[in-house]
Amino acid sequence: MLEVKDLVVAYGRVNAVKGITFEVGKGEIVTLLGTNGAGKSTTLRSISGLLKPVSGEIWFEGERLDGIAAHKVVERGIAQSPEGRRLFRQMTVEDNLKLGAYSRKDSSGVKSDMDRVYDLFPVLGERRTEAAGLFSGGEQQMLAIGRAMMSRPKLLMLDEPSMGLSPIMTQTIMRTIRELQADGVTILLVEQNAQAALSLADKGYVLEVGQIMFSDSGRNLLGDDRVRRTYLGAD
Amino acid sequence: MRVIISDQTKVQYRYPARAVGILGAVMVIVSIFLPWSYGQGALDDVGFTGAPSPLQMFVVILPVLVLVLLAIPLVGKQRLGKVAKVVAWNTSAKTASIATLVTVTIALAAIAIELKGLANVEIGGWLALIGAALAALATPFLPDSPEPTLERVKSPKWAQIVGIAVMMAAVLFAAAFALNQTDAGAFLTYLAFLVGVVLVLRQFGVMGWIGIAGANNNRVLVMSAFIVAFAFPFTQDGSDANMSIASQVLIFAAAALGLNIVVGLVGLLDLGYIAFLGAGAFTAAVLSESAFSTIDFHPPFIVTVLIAGAVSSLLGLLIGAPTLRVSGDYLAIVTLAFGEIFRITMNNLDGNDGPNVTNGSNGISGIPELNFFGFDFGEVHTILGVEIGRFANYYWLMLVVIALIIVVFMNLNYSRIGRGWVAIREDELAAEAMGVNTFALKLLAFAGGAFLAGVAGAVKAHHDVSVTPDQYVFLESAFLLAAVVLGGMGTVVGVLIGATILKLLPEKLRFFSDYRLLLFGLLMVIMMQFRPEGIIADERRQLEFHAEDEELAEEIEEELITHHAHLNPERKGFEL
Repeated sequence: MLEVKDLVVAYGRVNAVKGITFEVGKGEIVTLLGTNGAGKSTTLRSISGLLKPVSGEIWFEGERLDGIAAHKVVERGIAQSPEGRRLFRQMTVEDNLKLGAYSRKDSSGVKSDMDRVYDLFPVLGERRTEAAGLFSGGEQQMLAIGRAMMSRPKLLMLDEPSMGLSPIMTQTIMRTIRELQADGVTILLVEQNAQAALSLADKGYVLEVGQIMFSDSGRNLLGDDRVRRTYLGAD
Repeated sequence: MRVIISDQTKVQYRYPARAVGILGAVMVIVSIFLPWSYGQGALDDVGFTGAPSPLQMFVVILPVLVLVLLAIPLVGKQRLGKVAKVVAWNTSAKTASIATLVTVTIALAAIAIELKGLANVEIGGWLALIGAALAALATPFLPDSPEPTLERVKSPKWAQIVGIAVMMAAVLFAAAFALNQTDAGAFLTYLAFLVGVVLVLRQFGVMGWIGIAGANNNRVLVMSAFIVAFAFPFTQDGSDANMSIASQVLIFAAAALGLNIVVGLVGLLDLGYIAFLGAGAFTAAVLSESAFSTIDFHPPFIVTVLIAGAVSSLLGLLIGAPTLRVSGDYLAIVTLAFGEIFRITMNNLDGNDGPNVTNGSNGISGIPELNFFGFDFGEVHTILGVEIGRFANYYWLMLVVIALIIVVFMNLNYSRIGRGWVAIREDELAAEAMGVNTFALKLLAFAGGAFLAGVAGAVKAHHDVSVTPDQYVFLESAFLLAAVVLGGMGTVVGVLIGATILKLLPEKLRFFSDYRLLLFGLLMVIMMQFRPEGIIADERRQLEFHAEDEELAEEIEEELITHHAHLNPERKGFEL
């Protein structure tokens, strides 16, 4: 579904991503693992068109994606919940969700999808007219995911959804991701929380300083010594 | 510095405080029947015995309020019934007496300055000052009233509409009287009185009630506001001086509303906005039948307006397309430069340094009056027995233009486009990631705002009769921006109020003109300190300036919860 080939992305003269290649199949949950500065978020931003790659190719459903403006990428069916959530803090929950559906024209569909988000996260439904900035961290993360779902994406990219959340809240978020997959959404998950991410993922890629070091199925990576040493704190 | 009087003291002294307050109020009321000054040259003459001047009649409303607010509770809570509990008697009496003191002080200072010396203040003036001081010293010793809850009292629809009508009539009356004050001291005294009355009504709970009534009857409110604005020329009795100020305020306000889209909704800092007003004015001037027009094409005004708007928005696109890719400070600098480039270009299109389009620094003068279907804007028309002069005609035209701008603004604000704009203002990157075409929307805002300024400029050209480059300097851009910030970014009512204040005050306080900039600087500093969201707050913006408080409250709450979670098991342990 999504293919990334030899992707190179630079900030000025510094290459943040140094030629990575990976693939996300339809209906899969794929995770990109890596420490700070490994190039995970940069990769996501290039896919969603917010950054222009130096070289390499991005293909989505058989069409070239690199070089296309960000708002057109959303129209193709890719949504992103950005790192740090980046909600519109002064807007109400409802307005945030409406903005998530900005690329859509079918208002009845938007309405029913909004109800679906409220079903999934009842807290949001109860306080739909309140400003997003007034919600707790976990609730804001729910809203960020809900907002990304509102464009009814084929591919949903989540950038560190567990960041700053309590273990219980992380579990809730991870369960939601599983539910979304069951609904047929393909998911590209960027995480530092390797335990949570790998137990969900069909496939995982481990990034270090802009390069993919190795990849395997989620289950195998959980048992891999190198992963355990670096990300799970095992000796 | 804040003197805190303990609740105990307040309860102890509540009866003497009330008595002294009433005495002070009565002294001020009596004083208006005595002369305030020896000479007659101050405050439009307050030197008569037994015949208060109109200004004194207004000022006396404040001590009367003090008297009423202090006296009515004496009737007793039981007899007053429900109404007594939903308004704030004591707190508003305190505000009223402080407002009385401020107003009287300003009036006496004006007498002293205008007649050269405090010796010119006569017995009435001193009596008023002593009375006001007594009341202002005594009322803080009254126990504080609880927050008024008048707005929560259910009132019938007719009462709400009557309330709105009364408020609008009061606004019209107050504005008409304010404009007629030619004496700067009298104007300042009156201004202090007005601010005082508004503050008292707010304390008392009336403003909250009006606010709810207005929100419930939005259409009635908007319609009555327009009726009042429309009726305004009839109160001026053919006075061109006042209507000239009023029509200038409206032209300024129209431009400020256009800038409000760019700055208030999308959050783009434009420091050269006046250039778009100038572009519209020059276009209209060149296309007019002025003898100095340099082009032999003179379409009717309705076409000229559209061309002027189009030229302005074209300039907006021209300057916007390359610069809107950058943001923040860069945009501010580029637009600042653009404003200067525009002015210098207009100066140089004089036939020497470039083709002759604008006659250089002489500009284009002798622009003829507008004429709609035989209605000549330059002539005096008599309607309903009142003379409606030249400026009143332009005032009405601008009123129509502003109404159109407001309709467009409101529809945009609550549309998909408006939502996209606000999203860009809050977080451009996130907006882009949501599928908002940020570049196109920013360009649209830039061109749209420029179009509105162009339209306002076209009317301005005919209103001013001549157009010269030096009318469109950077300072004007700064004032437009100040009107938007002062009134409240992203709101319509706020920007209208801000524009009125910034245009009206310098006209009325001519003796202050040397210190005008100093005064505005001070005003902005005070405002940023006490009310950064502007006079009228945009509901979305409110959070921006007070979010930290909410976050803090939330943090504390979370901390408390975890704290309890830690404590509870221990407690159980002790019980065992």
